Amino acid sequence: MNFFLLSIIKAAVVAFVLLTTLAYLQWAERKLLAHIQLRVGPRRVGPHGLLQPLADVIKLITKEDMIPSHVNKFFYLLAPFIAVAFALLPISVIPFGTEVDVGGVRTWMQLTDLNIGVLFILAVSSMGVYGVALAGWSSNNKYSLLGGLRSSAQMISYELPMALAIASPLLLVNTLSLRAIVQNQAGWYFGIIPRWSIFQGPWPQIFAFIIFLIAAFAETNRVPFDLPEAENELVAGFHTEYGSMKFAAFFMAEYANMVTVACLATLLFLGGWQPLWSPEYGSNYFPAAAFTVTGLAALYAGLKPARRLDKYTLPAAAVVSFILAGLFFAPALNAILLPLFWFAAKVGAILFLYIWIRGTLPRFRYDQLMHFAWVFMFPVAMVNLLITSLLVAIASK
Amino acid sequence: MDLIIFLICSVIAVACGINLVLQKHPISAALSLVGVMGSLAVLYLLLGGAFIAAAQIIVYAGAVMVLFIFVIMLLNAGAEPAGRKRSYARLFGPPLLAIFVLLIAYAIQARLPRSEGVQFGRFTGGSPEGIGIKVFTDYLLPFEVVSVLILIAILGAIVLAHKEIR
Amino acid sequence: MQANSVPLSWYLLLSAILFALGVAGFIWRRNIITVFMSIELMLNAVNLSFVAFSYQLRQADGHIFSLFVMVVAAAEAAVGLAIILTVFKNRQTLEIDEVESMKY
Repeated sequence: MNFFLLSIIKAAVVAFVLLTTLAYLQWAERKLLAHIQLRVGPRRVGPHGLLQPLADVIKLITKEDMIPSHVNKFFYLLAPFIAVAFALLPISVIPFGTEVDVGGVRTWMQLTDLNIGVLFILAVSSMGVYGVALAGWSSNNKYSLLGGLRSSAQMISYELPMALAIASPLLLVNTLSLRAIVQNQAGWYFGIIPRWSIFQGPWPQIFAFIIFLIAAFAETNRVPFDLPEAENELVAGFHTEYGSMKFAAFFMAEYANMVTVACLATLLFLGGWQPLWSPEYGSNYFPAAAFTVTGLAALYAGLKPARRLDKYTLPAAAVVSFILAGLFFAPALNAILLPLFWFAAKVGAILFLYIWIRGTLPRFRYDQLMHFAWVFMFPVAMVNLLITSLLVAIASK
Repeated sequence: MDLIIFLICSVIAVACGINLVLQKHPISAALSLVGVMGSLAVLYLLLGGAFIAAAQIIVYAGAVMVLFIFVIMLLNAGAEPAGRKRSYARLFGPPLLAIFVLLIAYAIQARLPRSEGVQFGRFTGGSPEGIGIKVFTDYLLPFEVVSVLILIAILGAIVLAHKEIR
Repeated sequence: MQANSVPLSWYLLLSAILFALGVAGFIWRRNIITVFMSIELMLNAVNLSFVAFSYQLRQADGHIFSLFVMVVAAAEAAVGLAIILTVFKNRQTLEIDEVESMKY
């Protein structure tokens, strides 16, 4: 098939799925946070608030698009564009699965594979700080300025441990192309322990993984590192002066960054779309089984409804789960869905961790944040890199 | 395709460069410089320097320029006031620079050996592997010296910028 | 010249133009930070010719040179911005014309 046509179709599919994921990630976050804090969360729009993202989008689009009189207009309008563009760009090099056959067309579940894929993601994400810094500066507001300042200092500081943490698994897999990185993590030790970077010899990258996750929290301005938008100190930080779609752009950029970082962690450390254990022991049947169990649980809960509407919504959820389970038995879909399932499951687990930590931990103080980056994270990442390179050099002899 | 990309990027680079010289406000100047760096990174890709293009964005645009913007924001530097102008600089500067560029253009035309044009994909020595092999074999000593230099720079920056505790 | 290739001289010319612009900014601007950024522009222009020559000679050495230039530029930015911070702390100005006590 024509290369350009294929690329356009793939880009459209990826963009649609990504934007839907971002909207529902926000729903999931609100719901999970609510349950962590013993509330119920959004449940007015649609069953269990499932249409809430749609309502939010309508609200944000139809709000009055106001430009405060005291801002620097050009940069004020440029900042959200920069933020959202550089947040969405990295998804173009992330592989979601293996090579698939759709109606006779063989293609990779990835927009494009660069031989400098990891560097590309690092480069693009390091440009994202301009959106935040410019928003803070151009708003001409002291809270925004403080938010922008904090953000740029924080991002520069945490980029170092993050880059060092990324470098050590790269020593094991010996490539910068994200596709090849995942392919080099295939296989199992003794058929049970996967050869993912966090388990791979000669030096399992478990420390690098933890450092990467912490630095990623800081890079995406998430709790406990959300100082640029600390609401009880800085109103809303760098986006205090932004409303309607411009606010939505920053919001979307934050969630897109979360997804990117979770994908990167999955690809570098958790073996991308490689299953948790070998297909010899039946990992191919796990997704169908998981969905079936979910459906049965929903059905069981639907028999004893705690709330009035649960009588209808839970059996409906059960039916959806059964259909999803059934999809895995269709041979044509199986090859596409299996890698996608494992990839989505790992990314979802990391995103869940994000939300869980947001519901659990308090915020750092600013000096603690800097101290933590330079005095703890940086040396640990450095030592980990040194040990890794030493052991890789010895093992290759 | 190569020609179109080159023309677009070079026009952006020159426009941003002119903007850097003309803008009175440091933030505008800093962002123009980021624009120059971004378009130069694309040109490096065209010249087969995949690694150097990534380093350009990560180190220059992503770290050094963020540091500049950080300092501009920290000092809350405003636009340059329209002070006394050095008229001789305005009078002779542009012609002298034009002469400089023309001389270089002449030198390039006269001295550069004829060769086929630059085409994307002809030279791939600038890949991460190629650079890595060069750095850790031929250029090992300069590489180590540069790392010492950057260590000294870090110490110097800390000594200069830290608050004295009395 | 083929339709799909760019003469090497154009790259060198672009590099020269950017270098000239850097010189212009260095001389005309009076804000220390902008002057400093003009220096960075000159370094970038030189890097472009390094990479272009590297292509011409089919050797990666030029890339290594520009890598070193980048590292030195980063070190220079760290020290230079620290100096600018100190100057601002002591004199509350960023105008190079007003930092002149060593002149007399």
